[in-house]
Amino acid sequence: MNQTVFAPWDDPDEKPLIQFRNVTKRFGDFTAIDDLTLDIYAQEFFALLGPSGCGKTTMMRMLAGFETPTEGNILLSGQDIAPIPPNKRAVNMMFQSYALFPHLSVRDNIAFGLRRESKDKAKIDERVEEMLRLTRLTKFAGRKPHQISGGQRQRVALARSLAKAPKLLLLDEPLGALDRKLREETQFELMDIQEKTGTTFVIVTHDQEEAMTVASRVAVMDEGKLIQVATPDVIYEAPNSVYVADFIGDVNIVEGRASQTGDKVDVAWAEGQPPIHATTQKRFDRDAQCYFAIRPEKVHISKERDDSRPNVLQGKVIDIAYLGNISTYHVRLADGTMMKAQSANTRRLANRGITWEDEVWLSFTDTAGVMLAR
Amino acid sequence: MRRFALIAVPYLWLLALFLVPFLIVLKISLSDITLSIPPYSPKLDLSAGWAGFVEFIRALDFENYVFLTQDDLYWKAYLSSLWIAFVSTLITLAVGYPIAYGMARAAPEWRPTLLMLVILPFWTSFLIRVYAWMGILANEGLLNQTLLALGIIDSPLQILNTTAAVQIGIVYTYLPFMILPIYATLEKMDESLLEAAEDLGCSRLSAFWLVTFPLSRGGIIAGCFLVFIPAIGEFVIPSLLGGSDTLMIGKVLWEEFFSNRDWPVASAVAIILLAILIIPIVLFQRNEQKEREAGT
Ligand SMILES: Nc1ncnc2c1ncn2[C@@H]1O[C@H](COP(=O)(O)OP(=O)(O)O)[C@@H](O)[C@H]1O
Ligand SMILES: [Mg+2]
Repeated sequence: MNQTVFAPWDDPDEKPLIQFRNVTKRFGDFTAIDDLTLDIYAQEFFALLGPSGCGKTTMMRMLAGFETPTEGNILLSGQDIAPIPPNKRAVNMMFQSYALFPHLSVRDNIAFGLRRESKDKAKIDERVEEMLRLTRLTKFAGRKPHQISGGQRQRVALARSLAKAPKLLLLDEPLGALDRKLREETQFELMDIQEKTGTTFVIVTHDQEEAMTVASRVAVMDEGKLIQVATPDVIYEAPNSVYVADFIGDVNIVEGRASQTGDKVDVAWAEGQPPIHATTQKRFDRDAQCYFAIRPEKVHISKERDDSRPNVLQGKVIDIAYLGNISTYHVRLADGTMMKAQSANTRRLANRGITWEDEVWLSFTDTAGVMLAR
Repeated sequence: MRRFALIAVPYLWLLALFLVPFLIVLKISLSDITLSIPPYSPKLDLSAGWAGFVEFIRALDFENYVFLTQDDLYWKAYLSSLWIAFVSTLITLAVGYPIAYGMARAAPEWRPTLLMLVILPFWTSFLIRVYAWMGILANEGLLNQTLLALGIIDSPLQILNTTAAVQIGIVYTYLPFMILPIYATLEKMDESLLEAAEDLGCSRLSAFWLVTFPLSRGGIIAGCFLVFIPAIGEFVIPSLLGGSDTLMIGKVLWEEFFSNRDWPVASAVAIILLAILIIPIVLFQRNEQKEREAGT
């Protein structure tokens, strides 16, 4: 975590670098982006997260200048960018496919953008060397793109898009083609580079872990709309809807009827089961439909009834997913509902108490889950 | 053994269809003209045994090649063929590249149709298509009639029976051979490369020169050779569309062979033509090799 909290979005005096103002983008009669309003601040590492086809690439392409909004406008540093062609924008994009020029060496690829705006060879060379060092590509500078590995290609694409020191760098699923280990390494590298250069990054991803790792804020999208825009911890701990809760990480969702007194809610959710006790700042009408969402790691599992938490449910272990450091237990409650509970494997496998078909007790506090209206 | 058999097939093919005819032509080019059937000597008489073979070899000489250097008709015809082929290739490139480019940028559902249209002329006889050009280019032909009717010219232009007509014919005939390889390279080019170029500050035009053009170089080179190589030895087009002053080696060769019945000189002309063609053919092969390597 940052020592001084970086949260320009909470500061009303801060001017956003990018503003989407009621932007709608249609392709024919298909609406790809639907009346979207969003502020992104300088030096943010902003992640767009959503299922395939929800309009992430379209947003990036509008920022880069390859698409124009059908309605609404996009401001960069307070200026409408609609009339500015892509080659005049202080925005660079790292393409999903990298789009490296196959006929040029790594060095020439990186120098490509610099040569378009300057004739000063010494200065260009200096900048290219700097980029090569930053992305640890100095050794490969003379090679063609087809002579280097996927991870190196990805770094060339990054170096090329960073070389012109854009105000805004767009990364469209930059790490999609990398294997897991390389991807994690590169995520940290990206964060490191972002910190060093102070460039504003907007990254598209459909990998929620990646978004959580790198981003200062995450926007969760669905069908051309923003569902929630918040810091990763808020998205995870306080999703604003079932959609977000379900999209990010593992979650148990229980549908029921609310009855609220103050900030306490009882959720009646199944015949013969005690109501779930929860805490919320929201208002729920009596008997209104509501959802209770709780992460598996916040559900405690034990063989003995544990009354130290206000919610206790009995069930039977149907399945155990052993993930090494943790195990996820799939438990069937008396009414047939499945609920997942997670616990850290602090002991070796042989010493673990709970196994298949065991009768177990699940328990959680009234603040462990979140109440959602939709 | 199986590998040997596999390799042997193409080599036997080459031997039968290229090397054997080549050796026959080479042998004839070293012979002397006679009034006989076939019209040259010596002829190899295998019944005479070894002595006969030695006799046969002794009778071969380079007289015909020496003759080719003495009459300036021949080297002028070679040079003029090279020049006509070169100019025609450039024109074909200038016409073919935009067509290939337009095809590659057309909507994907249109591409097969456009490709079909390029190949369609091959469905009718080449000879008929060249004759059709005679009808178009003649003094009272379609082109002149149209221009006269429009009042652009007062008297018919002399196009038929000139070198220009030959070049028009070559460009028309070989255009598909230029379009197809260029189209192939342009079509497989990733469009995001152009967006990347624009993103990095290129205008549309400079993106074309810095990205599209260099990336289609392989196709351009292949197309140019595919036009240039056969155009040098072209015979039908100059004899139908060209005039008496259009000198092309294919026509010379034909006349030596059929009008003069001088097979040895005709063969010598052919051998030298082949020697000239080997250079561009080797260069072409090299280009193909490089393209294949870059493609992997
Ligand atoms: N040029 C286009 N023409 C028509 N439809 C498009 C075009 N570009 C994108 N779309 C549609 O817009 C939607 C959003 O696409 P995109 O932004 O690429 O999604 P993703 O979130 O996967 O990046 C998709 O349904 C896609 O089919
Ligand atoms: Mg996309």
